[in-house]
Amino acid sequence: MAATALLAQDIDWENPQQIGLWTDAWMRFRRNRLAVGSLAFVVLLITLALIAPLLERFGLLQDPTAQDVVSNYLGPGAAHHILGTDDLGRDVLSKVIFGSQVSLSIGILVQAIVLVIGGSIGLAAGYFGGWIDNLLMRFTDIMYAFPDLLFVLIIVAALGPTLLNIFVAIGLVSWVGLARLVRGQVLSIKEKEFVEAARAAGSSPIKIILKHLLPNSLGPVIVTLTFGIPAAIFTEAVLDFLGVGLRPPQPTWGVMVFEGYAAVDAYPYLVIIPCVALSMTMLAFNFIGDGLRDALDPRMRR
Amino acid sequence: MALVRGAPLRGALIPLRKRSGRGWTLGIYVARRLLWMIPVLLFVILITFFLAHIAPGSPWDREGRQLSDATIRNLNSKYGLDQPIWTQFGLYLWNVLHFDFGTSYQHPGQSVNQLILESWPYTVKLGAASFLVIITVGISLGVVAALRQNSFVDYAAVALATVGASVPNFVVGIVLIVLLSNFLYKFTAGNFFLPTGGYPQDLLHMIMPVATLSFLPIAFLARLTRSATLDSLRQDYVRTAWAKGLRERLVVTRHVLKNSLIPVVTIAGPLFAALITGSVIVETVFQVPGIGRSYVQSIEARDYPMILGTTVLYAGLVALLNLVVDVAYVFIDPRVRLE
Amino acid sequence: MTEPILRVQDLRTQFFTSRGVVHAVDGVSFHVDPGETVAVVGESGCGKTITALSILRLVPEPGRIVSGKILFKNRDIVEMDGDEVRNYRGNDVAMIFQDPMTSLNPVTKVGAQIKEAMTAHDRFTPVEAAQRVVPLLKRVRVPAAERRISDYPHQFSGGMRQRAMIAMGLANEPSLLIADEPTTALDVTVQAQVIQLLKQLNRELGTAIILITHNTALVASMCERVIVMYAGRVVEEGPVERIFARPEHPYTWSLLRSVPRVDEARKGRLVSIRGLPPDLVRLPPGCKFHPRCLFKVDRCLKEEPELEEVAPDQQARCWVKMSTVSEETRTAAQASEVAFDVAAEIKKRMRSDAKI
Repeated sequence: MAATALLAQDIDWENPQQIGLWTDAWMRFRRNRLAVGSLAFVVLLITLALIAPLLERFGLLQDPTAQDVVSNYLGPGAAHHILGTDDLGRDVLSKVIFGSQVSLSIGILVQAIVLVIGGSIGLAAGYFGGWIDNLLMRFTDIMYAFPDLLFVLIIVAALGPTLLNIFVAIGLVSWVGLARLVRGQVLSIKEKEFVEAARAAGSSPIKIILKHLLPNSLGPVIVTLTFGIPAAIFTEAVLDFLGVGLRPPQPTWGVMVFEGYAAVDAYPYLVIIPCVALSMTMLAFNFIGDGLRDALDPRMRR
Repeated sequence: MALVRGAPLRGALIPLRKRSGRGWTLGIYVARRLLWMIPVLLFVILITFFLAHIAPGSPWDREGRQLSDATIRNLNSKYGLDQPIWTQFGLYLWNVLHFDFGTSYQHPGQSVNQLILESWPYTVKLGAASFLVIITVGISLGVVAALRQNSFVDYAAVALATVGASVPNFVVGIVLIVLLSNFLYKFTAGNFFLPTGGYPQDLLHMIMPVATLSFLPIAFLARLTRSATLDSLRQDYVRTAWAKGLRERLVVTRHVLKNSLIPVVTIAGPLFAALITGSVIVETVFQVPGIGRSYVQSIEARDYPMILGTTVLYAGLVALLNLVVDVAYVFIDPRVRLE
Repeated sequence: MTEPILRVQDLRTQFFTSRGVVHAVDGVSFHVDPGETVAVVGESGCGKTITALSILRLVPEPGRIVSGKILFKNRDIVEMDGDEVRNYRGNDVAMIFQDPMTSLNPVTKVGAQIKEAMTAHDRFTPVEAAQRVVPLLKRVRVPAAERRISDYPHQFSGGMRQRAMIAMGLANEPSLLIADEPTTALDVTVQAQVIQLLKQLNRELGTAIILITHNTALVASMCERVIVMYAGRVVEEGPVERIFARPEHPYTWSLLRSVPRVDEARKGRLVSIRGLPPDLVRLPPGCKFHPRCLFKVDRCLKEEPELEEVAPDQQARCWVKMSTVSEETRTAAQASEVAFDVAAEIKKRMRSDAKI
């Protein structure tokens, strides 16, 4: 037996390995540098938001509501105030970091409501079919067609502008996309023959549907929820900006824009900084969503 | 009734009398949709009515005026606010059927209809101009990017679209204001949007609000068009077209675009919704005296008649526009059946 | 001897992907004579479709014809420029594809699509083209042709769609029609009809046909010659009767064995070819089929065989060749699905050859 090249010998040509779906997806995601960078940025942001009170204790950040009228309207680069101060002398950097708490928590936590409401409605509509499906879909169509912001405006105005109410209001309006997605997935699984076969064999189709629903729809659901985060962040910020959401002196990004808008000609940095924060955060989540979608797209598998 | 796509018609033996058959079903479909609008509108009114009335605070303590209790009681009884809620609702519905939406609390003496009619033109101008800009720029950008994939145009378009889809539109507006007001005062003479008489100034004043309002939808439309066109390009029938020896121009127009523009039509519905939402924000940023801005003000002031009137208007508008889109879709895609 | 209308010489088409270079077509050569029916057989991914697309210069990105010649009536297709290729496509050589539902433009009427095939070239005026559509549909046996031309593809049944595609392909009376799995997406009964139609058209019009398929039964019913491909190469070729009776390449042998036959006793399991199709980016050394082959010698793992003539008109690319392998070894290998080292049998054969 003459010696063949070592590499060729090592490879067992008769039994090549296969790559699992999740490993494949992670590998693909990793290759998307924009998505990975955005993920890092988001992780950093979340970390800062979580440890902000600690940072304040250690003097790295200041109390975002501490006024110091004497040193107001200091531009970025001032002593003690890297990003400057606002009209009442509050430190802008601290406001930005503490403000991220609101944006991030609303953006991410709203998705929990979306998942629960949208998921159950979609599941119910898809599984039961018939008039239940019809009714639920009509309802969904109404909500889909009506501009969300207006609904949210009314709901928040009705319930009062607290964080919890805003959270609920946005959640109540954003579940429609997910409901449709889930319903579609359930329907497509229902139509597959093995559900018929299972029913014929006597087992309940629910278990089969759930068993197959999870792996198939996990991808699109994750992507939808990821894209929902910047949308929710946006809605919350708009509410603040219009004056209908959280009010000063709460340090959210939308409120910062609201406060600084009056003096936008004279002191544009007060408005630009929170705008940049908002934009970058939303961009980052969008890139992550894009990356996830490409990574989980079954058509692009090896 | 719903539109059903796909599911090719079997039974090729049964000839379809296309002309009369489809026209008849179309009329029925439109009629049914219009009828459906009524319960939907009722539902919307109901929800809005109760939400508005749940809201803490009354219409009278907004202005910072200190009104005596007696005055408040008088005002309440004058506007029927002391009656039980269901009575109020019933009365309101009755009036609505006569197209009477009541008078505004903020501007006593002026009917809601009047006020809406006053602010309506501004919003329509803004919306219509934006719509045109969105359609032309968005679609062209998307198509060009797809046809010249991986070229500079493509990357630029995708980058623009991604950024546009992520940056909140009030941010765009503010950035524009900050940039332009410091450098080009021509665009920013005081109140941006009020027509100063004479066409050239009007158009100049419209540029910034329209640009702000269009930014996000253009981004979405360009992305959608690009991906729809790319999808279309990958399809087998495009390969068949090439295999027949067709010129590039024909392949692109007759085969690629004819198919890729269909899903683009589906975005028209959400597009209108986005225009409405966006106009609320843009009107606030640029101080345009349109319906959007008055809506926010009405909510703040608990001006129930205005809130309700505007909401009904919006709901009706959205429903109508969606109907138009669905009907258009039937004509564009021959595979669609009316169920 | 007549000149072949198509002669493919050492064609190499590769795809440049982020994972590496995919050698989709790796040195393929064959010819087609005028009016001949040739089958190209192999499993998915063996390169038969890409070969066909290369003949029409329709290789999609990121693929490219890297080297080789494709001579159609002695003009090299690979060297042609854009306009010449456009003229040649759909005119001299036409191609029909696997799934007629997706291969026809869903939003254009069928009649218009057929007419378009003709007006794309300068052979017929628009008026003449319009007049030819109905007769073309009639020729491919589409009932009620006059009404059918204003229908959309989704209003046709699967078999009729494929016939419409055939009509479209033949509109300009090409000398060669390439049919890429024309029946795979159709019901079994309809499959037979379409193949019958192709046979008839071949007889009536004298159009040469290349039938690409993985269905060996179709090959038997329609074609004169068969080319077997694996991993982007031709591994066997020859007249249909000969190949079916005495395949020399183990792959061909396995392919033919894997179709259960009604006239055989139903014993044992269904036969399939073990293992998975090769990764065209990292091909094994030596013979590309060796990982899945049941009859090997040392040489198979190290050196790739060339195409040799094993009988008049028949060529195979194998060190072993099925005629060497005894019936016992064949049965044993089939039953156990384990590879057998047939070096001993080859020696035996060489000795017996030497004696002669």
